[in-house]
Amino acid sequence: MDFKRIILLSGHYGSGKTNIAVNLAFALKKTRERVTIADVDIVNPYFRTSDSRRELEESGIRLICSEFAGSNVDLPALPAEMYSVVDDPTQTALIDVGGDDRGALALGRIRDGILKENDYEMLFVINRFRPLTRNAELTAEIMREIEAAGGIRFTAIVNNSNLGPETTAQDVLDSDAYAREVCEMTGLPLKMTAVHESLYPQLKGKMENLFPLGLQKKIQ
Amino acid sequence: MAEKVLMKGNEAIAEAAIEAGCRHYFGYPITPQTEVAAYMSKRMPKIGGTFLQAESEIAAINMVYGVASTGKRVMTSSSSPGISLKAEGLSYLAGADLPALVVNVQRGGPGLGGIQPSQSDYFQATKGGGHGDYRMIVLAPASVQEMADLTMKGFDLADKYRMTAMILADGTMGQMMEPVEIKKPENQDFDKSWAVTGTKGQRAHNIVNSLFLSPEVLEKTNFERYERYAMIEENEAMAERYMMDDAEICVVAFGIAARVAKNAIVEARKSGIKVGLIRPITLWPFPKKELARAAESCHSFLSVELSMGQMIEDIRLAIDCKRPVALCNRAGGIIPSPEEVYAKIAELAKNGGCDK
Repeated sequence: MDFKRIILLSGHYGSGKTNIAVNLAFALKKTRERVTIADVDIVNPYFRTSDSRRELEESGIRLICSEFAGSNVDLPALPAEMYSVVDDPTQTALIDVGGDDRGALALGRIRDGILKENDYEMLFVINRFRPLTRNAELTAEIMREIEAAGGIRFTAIVNNSNLGPETTAQDVLDSDAYAREVCEMTGLPLKMTAVHESLYPQLKGKMENLFPLGLQKKIQ
Repeated sequence: MAEKVLMKGNEAIAEAAIEAGCRHYFGYPITPQTEVAAYMSKRMPKIGGTFLQAESEIAAINMVYGVASTGKRVMTSSSSPGISLKAEGLSYLAGADLPALVVNVQRGGPGLGGIQPSQSDYFQATKGGGHGDYRMIVLAPASVQEMADLTMKGFDLADKYRMTAMILADGTMGQMMEPVEIKKPENQDFDKSWAVTGTKGQRAHNIVNSLFLSPEVLEKTNFERYERYAMIEENEAMAERYMMDDAEICVVAFGIAARVAKNAIVEARKSGIKVGLIRPITLWPFPKKELARAAESCHSFLSVELSMGQMIEDIRLAIDCKRPVALCNRAGGIIPSPEEVYAKIAELAKNGGCDK
């Protein structure tokens, strides 16, 4: 799979974009020298890229994240370092955009630089098992809200349909029709289908552009 | 069976409320329950319902009072500091015998505290919070599925007994995602002949009010209300028993603490310690009979809480202090680890019931 210099990920909250961003950072680090992951989520104070801080740092991946993420301070703040994502074109940057229109609003701060350089892609992460994106129509509606708030158009779809630990390979296969419908409705290509690494062997060869995910955090 | 969806606990509450017929939601954002309001704001306009972000928690609970007066199902949700603000309204709802569902997704306190999970509003939920003699039915979910199921149950109990039911969850329950099936509600007819819906010239006025000019009448309403409460204590207490049949140590925990306790109990069983769990699902009414029964066979009790030890008082009362009750707790938004709970169980097993 080819990727541009800047990869933005967004979606309905809880679609799994942070998890995909973290996993994608590890995958890209294998072939690219300098990889940065930037957390632009100003809405959700939980489940942040900083949950994987240690693993990211060990792999030499730079993390840009609000210093308040994961703390008791529920403050929608972005660090000044965030601008380096746009200012320094020698790195590959993954940008984890917040969920929904409210979350995408913060993207406006760095939008102009991203559009000017024009070496980016913006991925819309979808999960048909989430209650507010259960069909293509509802999913496209949320996509348009995020685009309007963030000021950048999506360039491709990432199918991350899953039911957490109860997901079966068949669930993923069945979700393909939904993902294709979203693609048709929005005119966007399907970039990849993300699956938990435990399902990857069963699905390999059955779906194109399959991307295995190691879960970043688990609750008892 | 409806197809399962992957939901946050907060979303499950909102969707279950809609399925239960709630078409009126009033709230004010606060972490970690904001997804309830966010979900309602998306869904309510599509189904002809009302989502309203009030100017404050106090305004929201008084809007709840208004809709409840008409006999319609109504809900508000908040987190700890916001529930304190609603306390006056909770007392008024009780004084006017109005059914409503109130959700508290607790965070660390006191004061502004923090946004991490807590169970330190146990006293506030089960002993009052607002002024005057009153009770609320308090339900404590321990999974996303229960967030949905108990929301439906809460509406039914509120209607059945004409009082407030509260979902007492914690930040973890609100934020965690699990597969959930939103079930169809049971069809129940509840008497709403008291509701303020317009007489159409056909009947006498219904009056919804919590002000009583005569102390004798006010006393009478209090005694009548407490007869109803006694009936609820008799009939509605719910608890889950886990590995209790041969247990010598009884762990008592609700919500997220019960999930941690179960992990510790599985480990302790592997070491040959006979330990089980009673998980109160209703915190009021407290499952007293279940605990009294356990006191006949267990030599000690262990209360696991995300607070400085609040439920532990109800455990002692339920068993008439017949057995020692130890505490395993964390506060300020920290969840006890299974290892911490295990260590406490092992200590009780060694001491044979003599808590040091």
